[in-house]
Amino acid sequence: MKAVEVTGLTVALDDGSVIVDDVSFGLESGQVMGLVGESGSGKSTVALALLGFAKRGANITGGKVVVGGVDLLALAPNDLREARKKLIGFVPQDPATALNPAMRIGTQLTEGMLGTKKDNLPRIREVLETVGLPSDDAFLRRHPQELSGGQQQRVAIAMAVAKGPELIVFDEPTTGLDVSTQARVLEMVARLCADNGMAAVFVSHDLAVVGTVGDLVTVMYAGQILETGSREEVLLSAAHPYSIALLESVPSTRQRLPLVSIPGRAPAPGAEFEGCVFADRCAFVEDRCRESAPALVATSTGGAARCVRVDHVRRNQTMLVKEPLHSAEGRAEGDASVLSVRNLDASYGRTQVLYDMSFDVAPGECLAVVGESGSGKTTMSRCLIGLHEDHSGTFVMDGKPLPPRLRDRSKEVKQRMQYVFQNPYGSLNPRETVATAVMVPLKHFYGDRGKAARAKAQEALERVEIPWRLADRYPAELSGGQRQRVAIARALACDPSLLICDEVTSGLDVSVQASVVELLRTLQDDGLSMIFITHNLAVVRSIGDRVVVLSQGRVVESGAVESVLIDPQHPYTRGLLADTLEVDRPDPETSDLPG
Amino acid sequence: MAIETTTDNAVKAAPTPGPSQRSALPWLIARRALTGLVTLWCVSVIVFVATQAMPGDVAHIILGPSASAEQVAQLNQNLGLDQPLLSQYWNWLSSVLTGDMGDSLVSGQPVSELLAERIFNSATLTAIAMVLILPLSLLVGLLAAVFRDRLLDRSYLGTSLIVTATPDFVIGSLVIALFGTVVFKVLPPVSLIPPGDVPWEHPRQLVMPLAVMVLVGVTYLSRLVRVSFIDVLESEYVQLAIIKGLPMRRILFRHALPNALAPSIPAASIMAAFTIAGSVVIEYLFAYPGIGSALVDAVAGHDLPMIQAIIMLMAVAFFCFNQLADVLGTLNKSR
Repeated sequence: MKAVEVTGLTVALDDGSVIVDDVSFGLESGQVMGLVGESGSGKSTVALALLGFAKRGANITGGKVVVGGVDLLALAPNDLREARKKLIGFVPQDPATALNPAMRIGTQLTEGMLGTKKDNLPRIREVLETVGLPSDDAFLRRHPQELSGGQQQRVAIAMAVAKGPELIVFDEPTTGLDVSTQARVLEMVARLCADNGMAAVFVSHDLAVVGTVGDLVTVMYAGQILETGSREEVLLSAAHPYSIALLESVPSTRQRLPLVSIPGRAPAPGAEFEGCVFADRCAFVEDRCRESAPALVATSTGGAARCVRVDHVRRNQTMLVKEPLHSAEGRAEGDASVLSVRNLDASYGRTQVLYDMSFDVAPGECLAVVGESGSGKTTMSRCLIGLHEDHSGTFVMDGKPLPPRLRDRSKEVKQRMQYVFQNPYGSLNPRETVATAVMVPLKHFYGDRGKAARAKAQEALERVEIPWRLADRYPAELSGGQRQRVAIARALACDPSLLICDEVTSGLDVSVQASVVELLRTLQDDGLSMIFITHNLAVVRSIGDRVVVLSQGRVVESGAVESVLIDPQHPYTRGLLADTLEVDRPDPETSDLPG
Repeated sequence: MAIETTTDNAVKAAPTPGPSQRSALPWLIARRALTGLVTLWCVSVIVFVATQAMPGDVAHIILGPSASAEQVAQLNQNLGLDQPLLSQYWNWLSSVLTGDMGDSLVSGQPVSELLAERIFNSATLTAIAMVLILPLSLLVGLLAAVFRDRLLDRSYLGTSLIVTATPDFVIGSLVIALFGTVVFKVLPPVSLIPPGDVPWEHPRQLVMPLAVMVLVGVTYLSRLVRVSFIDVLESEYVQLAIIKGLPMRRILFRHALPNALAPSIPAASIMAAFTIAGSVVIEYLFAYPGIGSALVDAVAGHDLPMIQAIIMLMAVAFFCFNQLADVLGTLNKSR
C-alpha cells in the first residue's frame, strides 16, 4: 500500500466553479513529489486539500485523500482533527505570518503534538538541532518576530517534522528566502524526508526548486494535472506542451538563451473549458483539442500527460532547442557613459548600508546589480533616482554632474532617468486607467494633453505589447505581467536614456518573467541603457551585459556577465552561483530523444 | 505570486524591541502628561468663559425677582462677581489648584463636600458597567466572529446597529416603560439612593441604569471586537493552527484571543471615557444621585462653581482614559 493515495480530489468555490479538477496521485514513504504550477493553477489549494482543509469560500467536493490507510475526507470533524495532528505536517509559504506573533515558539512547537509538553521537549530539541537551530530554553522562549526569515522557516519545518507524520506538505516554503538560505532549506527537506521515511508534497512555482527536491514532478495548470512522472521524465523529456513551454521560459545561469514566454494569459481560477485547458495558448493545438477534455495518457517514458498529441509533441520538441544568444560585443572604448557613479556611500541614520560604490553604465548597456536581500541593492537604486537622500558620492550623467537630491534635479534630468518598481500591484494607482497612468508623465514632462498624449501613450503601450483596447482598464483588471508592462510603458513614455529596474520580475511567474525579460532585451536593442537590479543570477545571465555583485553594501566583484558567471573570482559570487538552482536540460548535441 | 516580503537581513536589520524602546515608555508617558496639562488648562478656560456667558444674572436668580438693586450689588461683591473677568478666572484657577472648588451658589456649602458622595456613586455605577461591558463585549464579539455571516451574526449586527443609532435617553425611556412603569412594573422606575447609603445597598435601583449602559456599551465595543476577531481568524497563523489539528477551544483562546484583544484594548479605554460622558443622560433619566444628575441640576440652578467643578472633573476623567488608550495602543504597536 502506498503511504499517500489521492484519487479524484476536486475543490469548488461556493458558486460551483471548479478550481481543482480530479487530481490523483500516489506516493511511497520517503518519496517527495514536486507540485509545480503558476499562480492560479490550484497548486496551493491542492496542498491544503491534502489536509482536508479548504479556505473560506471553497469546498472539497469530491475524491479521496488516503494517508496511512485513513481517508481524511471521510472523517468526522473531530477525527479529522486527530488525523491532521498525527498524520500530516504542513509547512506554510510565509512563516512570518503563519507563526503566531503572540506566542513563544516553544509553545507553538509543542502544542501540535500528542502527549504533554514535558514529554515532547527532548524530541523538539532534537529536531531543532537537525534543522540547524539552537535548542536551548532561551531560544524556545523567543517570539517569532525575534527570528530572521530563514530561522522562522526552519521553526515551521521543525514544527511539521517533530510529530513524525506520514506526509509533509510544503507550500512554497522557500519563496521568500535568499538563494543561499533556500539551498540550505531544500537540502534539509530532502534529508529529513529520506531519514524519517516521510512522504512529502512540495509545492512551488519554481521548476528549479521542484527539480532539486522532488523524486516525482507533477505539473498543474488551471486546476488540472497536465503532466506527472519522475523528475527525469518531466524535466528532461517533457511530453506536455505546457511543461515544455514552462521549461522554455526558465532562465539559466549557464547560457544566455532566448526566453520563450507563453502567449496569452493563464485562465482565471474556476474558468470553464470545453476541451483541453491549455488549448488557447498551445503551440501544438488541433481542432480535436477543443472538442473534448483529454485524459491523462501514459507516455513512452513512463510518465503521464494530459494531451492527445503526446507522441507528436515529443517527436517535434527538438525543434524548439534554442541557439544561445551572444551578448553585445565589447563596445568601443571611450564611449561617454550614460551614468557614472563614484564613491557612493549611503546610510540609514547611523547604519551605513553602502560603502564606496563606483560603476559606469555605457549607452545601450544593461548593467545588472545582483545581491541578496540586505545587500543594499535597492538602496543603491533609490540613491540613483534621488529618493534616498542620506548619501554621499558623485554622479555624472551624460558628462554633466547630477545633483544627488531629486528636488535639485532639473525636469530634463528627471525625464531622462526613469524607474520601474518591483511590485506592479503597488506601483500603479488603482484608481487610474492604464492610459491615464501612461499619460500623467507625458503631461508633466512635455505638457501633452488630449489627442497628442493619447497617441504617445498608445505608442508606448504598443512597445510593451499592451493592446490599445486595454487602455481604459484599471490595474486590478490586468494580470501581474500586464501591470508590469504598463509600469514599463509609463517609464518609456518619457523617452528615457536610462531605465532603472528594481527587481521587476521577482513577483512574476516564470512564463511572465520570460516575456518581461524579452521585452527589456528588445528595448535595449533600441539603444536604451538599463540598470537591472535582481537577486537572480539566471536573470542576470539572460539580460545583463555587465554585472556588479553586491554583498553587505560593498562591490565584491564586477565585470562582463560571461566572465563573472563562468569564472567567478570572489568566494561570495562562487557561493551565490553554487546555490542558484538550475533546471537540468537535455543537451542539444547528446540528446537521445526517440524520433 | 512570489513577491519577496520576508528576508533574513531585513528582519535582522529591523529594530528589535530592546532596552532603548523600554526606556522610551516613561518618556512617552511624561510627554503625554505634559500635553495633557496644557489640554486641561485649555478646558479650564473654555469652561470658565462658557459658564460666564450663560444667560441670566446669578445674583438675580439667587435673590429672586423681588430683590433690590442694592441687595444684588452687595451679593455680587460678596461673590466676587464685580471684579474683572481675568482676575475672577485667576482667583478661581488658583483656588481649584489648591483643591478648593468654591462654595455652591445655591446651598452655600463647599462644592467638594456636595460632590464627594456623588462622585463615589457615579464611579461605582461606571465601574460596575465597565466590569460587565468588557467580558460581555468580548464574548459577543467572539461569537459573532465565529458564526460570521450566519443567522446569529446577522441578527446581532442588525440589532446592534439599531441600538447604536438610538439615543441613550430613548433606550432608557423604553426600558423604564417596559420594566418600571407601564408593562411589567418589576423594577423601581427611579434609582434614588438615599444620602449616606452606598449604591450597592440598593441593587434593585441599579439594575435599569446599568442595563442601559451595558446595552449601549456592548453593542458598540463588541462590533470592534468582532472585526478584530475576524481579522485574526482569517490570518495564516490561525489557519496553521487548524491544520495542526488543535482543538477549537485552544485556537480561539490561545491563538486568536491575545491577538484580537490587542486592538480592542484602546477601544475599551475610549469606551470607558464615553461611558463617563454618557452617564449624564442616564443618571438624569433615572434620577440617580451621581455627578451627571448633579450637573443637570447645577445648570438649571445657575450654580457656577458646581458646573465648573463637575465639567473639569469629567474632562480630567475623559482625558485620563483617552491617554490610557493612546499608551496602550502605542505599547501594542511596538510589540
